[in-house]
Amino acid sequence: MTTALSAPKRRRSLHWREHIDGYIFILPWLIGFLVFVAGPMVASFVISFMRWEIVTPPAWVGVAQYTKLFQDDRFYLTLYNTAYYVFIGVPLHLLLALLAAMAMNLHLRGIRFYRTVYFIPSITPVVASSLLWLWIFNPEFGLANAALNAVGLPSLYWLQDPKLAKFALIIMSFWTIGGQMVILLAGLKGIPRTLYEAAEIDGAGQWASFWHITLPMLSPAIFFNLILAIIGAFQVFTQSYIITQGGPENATLFYVLYLYRMAFQNFQMGYASAMAWVLFIIILVFTFIQFRLSERWVFYEGSVR
Amino acid sequence: MAISVDLAEDKPTPMLEQPGGRFRPFWRELPWHLLLITIGVVLLAPLAWLVSTSLKSPGAIFVMPPRWIPNPIRWENYPEALAAQPFVRFFFNTLIVTVFATTGTVLTASMAAFAFARLRFPMRAFWFGLVISTLMLPSIVTLIPTFILFRYLKWIDTFLPLIVPYWFGGGAFNIFLLRQFFMTIPLELDEAARMDGASSYRIYAQIILPLAKPALATVTIFSIIAHWNEFVLPLIYLHSTEKWTMAIGLQGFSGLYATQWHWLMAASTMMVLPLILLFFSAQRYYLEGIQMSGIAGR
Repeated sequence: MTTALSAPKRRRSLHWREHIDGYIFILPWLIGFLVFVAGPMVASFVISFMRWEIVTPPAWVGVAQYTKLFQDDRFYLTLYNTAYYVFIGVPLHLLLALLAAMAMNLHLRGIRFYRTVYFIPSITPVVASSLLWLWIFNPEFGLANAALNAVGLPSLYWLQDPKLAKFALIIMSFWTIGGQMVILLAGLKGIPRTLYEAAEIDGAGQWASFWHITLPMLSPAIFFNLILAIIGAFQVFTQSYIITQGGPENATLFYVLYLYRMAFQNFQMGYASAMAWVLFIIILVFTFIQFRLSERWVFYEGSVR
Repeated sequence: MAISVDLAEDKPTPMLEQPGGRFRPFWRELPWHLLLITIGVVLLAPLAWLVSTSLKSPGAIFVMPPRWIPNPIRWENYPEALAAQPFVRFFFNTLIVTVFATTGTVLTASMAAFAFARLRFPMRAFWFGLVISTLMLPSIVTLIPTFILFRYLKWIDTFLPLIVPYWFGGGAFNIFLLRQFFMTIPLELDEAARMDGASSYRIYAQIILPLAKPALATVTIFSIIAHWNEFVLPLIYLHSTEKWTMAIGLQGFSGLYATQWHWLMAASTMMVLPLILLFFSAQRYYLEGIQMSGIAGR
């Protein structure tokens, strides 16, 4: 290909070309970001200062939705229910996923088969798995009580007992540890073998290797899982929508389920937007705290501590 | 063109492959196998129970302690469940949404990933930082205004709200995963192609995409599973029965036939089965894809 341009000029025009191409290639994402992320975020903030039942024209009410929210008993109840699900469910879920990932990292015959088996529940559609677990927790004919009875324990009212219902949903979440397991396993696979060999030469036992090599090297993966799991768990919705509809006695009325009812059943768009922003701030604060705390326990290769 | 370089060396090796080395004698592995099999049985029990219930007669369901093998096996549950609700319709609705949303996801996510991995342009790092931060954005904040927007556009009760947004970037996670993979392809290929006068579009379509097939397969599978399983969006946007996806159909079904567990489980099985088959045929891409995304922090 011949061109009349001199070399430096040509390079400059190539750079221009590349700059324009770059923006053309990210254009769909950029438009999507503006229309479906940034725009709606600003809009929901604005709507949270309005009274808007969608069929009636919106009216500016200032901070009234927020003052109403902070006086709403259900707000605190749903926040408590959600916090229970997040702070009890997420750590246990992550711990189980870590144990499973470590088992899947063993050098055993047929380990790939186990990996597949442990992962399958994670691809089950949440609607199907919710209905399935509703049936498993059936007090009279469900599998859960059949298992308890088989080892001589009495039946439980898993989903009918307000004290137990939240934890029943947490148990159900353990079924899908496979997703986190494969991410943690990927992290384990990335730990260089030489580190363990060096530790062995230095006379470190298995426990010391785990404590001083595995955990620090895996901490970025654990951190990543923790952040996304907490953000996801704060928005728990489908399980309680399908299985318990918030009951019994509102024990599983989670924040987003309450928000959904406000927005799409009562059409209180202003109130629901205020709820969404309060949750957003809560999640933001927790994420920020975790990033700050992570400086103490997350180890990044190549960084000096 | 000078780009027909043999890339056999550069293909990422299947990373979940066991490192070489002999296994320990079987008797030393045995305790581990016993433990892993026990847990595996517990994890598969719910799915076995799903299929088992879907083949039982109504009377056989309410038996304690439960029987695992239905006797007699009642295949009629499936046609009966299909007759009770237009599940065939729901199936095709789900298929339409999944196909179009997945196409948009793979196309536009790979475009953005290409720009972030291979092109230099002003503010690239800034925009990529925004991609990563949307990964941590709770979707609930954008839900209500998006609903109002689609309502204004008269898109309620159409498939468009479930498809169109995925034609605009396809999700931060997918962009991130594809970018990570694109960066492993040697940059010399682009440079050689540019020397020969190839445009960015040709480099994208004829060099990067063909070399990134494993990563594209991974994103395709992630995306199919996500759209097939999606519940909240169809719940909010699809109101008339003939527009429902399987997720909503199943949920509506449970409201109508709360005690017809055999039908409910038959319908559930029909929703789960295609995914499990897909997963088995492509699990290599799924599990390795997570690894190559580098999402585990390195």
